[in-house]
Amino acid sequence: MITKSLHKRNSDLAKSNRQLEILSNGIFQNGELPKFKDKIAETNQFPLKTKKLEILQINVGYMCNQVCDHCHVDAGPDRTEIMTKETMLQCLDVIKNTGAHTLDLTGGAPEMNPNFRWFVEEAAKAGIKDFIVRSNLTIIRANKKYHDLPEFFKKHNVHVVSSMPHWTRGKTDKQRGDGVFDKSIQALQKLNAVGYGMPESSLKLDLVYNPSGAFLPSNQASMEKDFKKALLEDFGIHFHNLFAITNLPISRFLDYLIASENYEDYMYQLVEAYNPVAVANVMCTNTLSVSWNGYLYDCDFNQMLELPVNSKIKHISEYNEEILEGRDIVISQHCYGCTAGAGSSCQGTVA
Amino acid sequence: MSKTYYDPADLRKFGKISDWNEELGSKFFDYYNSVFKEGALSEREKSLIALAVAHTIQCPYCIDAYTGDGLQRGITKEEMMEALHVAGAIRGGASLVHGVQMMNKVNKLDG
Repeated sequence: MITKSLHKRNSDLAKSNRQLEILSNGIFQNGELPKFKDKIAETNQFPLKTKKLEILQINVGYMCNQVCDHCHVDAGPDRTEIMTKETMLQCLDVIKNTGAHTLDLTGGAPEMNPNFRWFVEEAAKAGIKDFIVRSNLTIIRANKKYHDLPEFFKKHNVHVVSSMPHWTRGKTDKQRGDGVFDKSIQALQKLNAVGYGMPESSLKLDLVYNPSGAFLPSNQASMEKDFKKALLEDFGIHFHNLFAITNLPISRFLDYLIASENYEDYMYQLVEAYNPVAVANVMCTNTLSVSWNGYLYDCDFNQMLELPVNSKIKHISEYNEEILEGRDIVISQHCYGCTAGAGSSCQGTVA
Repeated sequence: MSKTYYDPADLRKFGKISDWNEELGSKFFDYYNSVFKEGALSEREKSLIALAVAHTIQCPYCIDAYTGDGLQRGITKEEMMEALHVAGAIRGGASLVHGVQMMNKVNKLDG
């Protein structure tokens, strides 16, 4: 189990240009596999363009209490990139005026940003239809100061989306660290206790599943059935929906793929499972990702690869939804992760 | 030519068997895909049966394929190993049940 981020370890793969190099060399350079650009061109989907903005996703910092094996953010306790209150104020201006129906806060562990609660309180006032916080669950049990998060989320009608890689302790702890499973179960029980995830409850609690190794997620609906049955029978836990998310070959997951000699096979799996229908609905077409320092990206993955939006508007301080609409989306081979099988997005499958 | 009989990368080329006989290849893959669809048995149960059979017939391609398929479906390693023991028990049983034949013969010849 790793305990430090790639950045802290001064790994070569902490550099986004090194990751992009790997994703463009080898099997993609020698033509063994088609580049993503050429693949989508086969169905006349190049250049991929954004549609009307629906989801504004804000990454409030890369600091996290966990160091998960697959993390595409390379998050961890040693990451110091945290959104400032000044940038949050700029975000709030946008939140108040955006046409997006969903606001999605992510991290790291977003709760570790010192201004997180203030930001949620202010953002909730904008009355956006769906206000998501991506919580890793264990943060709720990590420290006394976080114990009341379920009540806090409830007060502001936040939609909680949490990672849960498996319904068994072994597979969960392998991916996310020792003790994560037990703490996650306790956190889910606390969320259930205030009404989150209960049948018919309007307090939405969804779980995110992503595979613990070099394989793709299976059918989302059948995984949801398995998760629901096991969590209810074993722990009396309820939740609403399961989002099955494919691991994208970047950052720590790319590091893992290369170290375990699974990289080429994994890329083959992604390319073989390519689904043009998923391309049409891929999340970057209706999402905008804001980084901790206010820069704009087509998605959270492009943010980590430091591939900014292809627009003259680059920063939240100069935000203009009209100008940003219809821009060409920046792509590379990691995009195959969102178009495999039934597709993958922060909201689960797309096709 | 490859110097080994089995190359893991050949699994990806399985579909190419249709290149030399399109009609029968297509029929086989249609059948194959239908077999693994949810029916009276779930896709998950079928995946575990396939894994056990793969070990019984000792097909390295099938073992790779259905180990991956099982992981994808959230099947745990404990479930996989139990399925293998079912295969092992049937294989072992198949040898041992012939012991009755051996015993009959001994009794007949030397009883």
